[in-house]
Amino acid sequence: MIVRILGEGQFQVAEDVAAKLTGLDAELDAAVSKQDETAFRAALGAAVELVRESGTSVPDDTFVTADYILPFSDATVGEVRKLLADGTIGSDSIGLP
Amino acid sequence: MSVMKRVSLIFRAKANKALDRMEDPRETLDYSYQQQVEMLTRVRRGVADVATSRKRVELQMTSLQKEVNRRDGQARDALSKGREDLARAALQNKAGLQGQLNDLQGQYSNLQEQEEKLTLASQRLQAKVDAFRTRKETIKATYTAAEAQTRINEAFSGISEEMGDIGLAIQRAEDKTAQMQARAGAIDELLASGALEDHVGGQQDAIQAELDKLGAGNEIESELARMKGEIAAGAPRQIEANANGDSSASGDLSGSEATQAAEQPQAAEQPQAGDGS
Repeated sequence: MIVRILGEGQFQVAEDVAAKLTGLDAELDAAVSKQDETAFRAALGAAVELVRESGTSVPDDTFVTADYILPFSDATVGEVRKLLADGTIGSDSIGLP
Repeated sequence: MSVMKRVSLIFRAKANKALDRMEDPRETLDYSYQQQVEMLTRVRRGVADVATSRKRVELQMTSLQKEVNRRDGQARDALSKGREDLARAALQNKAGLQGQLNDLQGQYSNLQEQEEKLTLASQRLQAKVDAFRTRKETIKATYTAAEAQTRINEAFSGISEEMGDIGLAIQRAEDKTAQMQARAGAIDELLASGALEDHVGGQQDAIQAELDKLGAGNEIESELARMKGEIAAGAPRQIEANANGDSSASGDLSGSEATQAAEQPQAAEQPQAGDGS
């Protein structure tokens, strides 16, 4: 499975890691809906570390889309809520027509 | 739905929308490449902006550190002159400055981190863009328009996710730099207006003024004492004493030069002996 950490690129992770990530993702989701910054930081930190440590970087000449995208490692609940609420990223930031 | 999945869908939707709008996918390969090159310029400018901001904070930290040291020196000076009240005021002032300095240090490491991350992102994008350029030429040369569609979609979606990621990273860095600049501007104004010089007193460095007055008082007393001594001893003897003092001083100097000259050869030989063994 391919996971992107925003600001850090894409990583290929094995299925067992993906399963652990799904667990952490549920924690992230709960933290975002409850606006619990502490829980959010803990879950995000654990997820980012897991991907960095057990994943392998996707080569530069490989063009794939990620199955999962993790927020920036130092993101806040507010930032993620905004991204999810907007449901879009700034049009000029993507640089496509 | 999960957070990670939702974020990935947001990125994917963006790429899909762009793909839907394309009439001849092969032409848009070139258009996309242009956009990527522009993005590279943007991210490099972003790195430079963060670096400028970081350097400014660095300068401010140096100025604040000097102020902190100066207050510390004032406190010691005041204590040695028996003015605990002044020493306390100087230390209070120092604590306020130290707080500002600690705050800046936090901001500084934050900017440093942003700069490192953005630099890596820029390198990653450069590698991706280079790979995209090769891929684009291969697609144009090898495949018919119909065949090319799938390959183009892949390359597009892949690069657009990277671009979206870096676009967000630049935006964040710009936001942080703007916040930092606002704070840095405020501190620059404080430093320039001299307000930092007197955090506590309300007047232009009242502590230093008081210490200067004490210092000047002492100097006047000791000068008076010296003059009294001179008058009591009488002027002619004073001149004679000065002349003696000068000749003995020059004698001392040549004496010490001679000693140094005698010592130098020995000192030069020692390391050579050490090298040989």
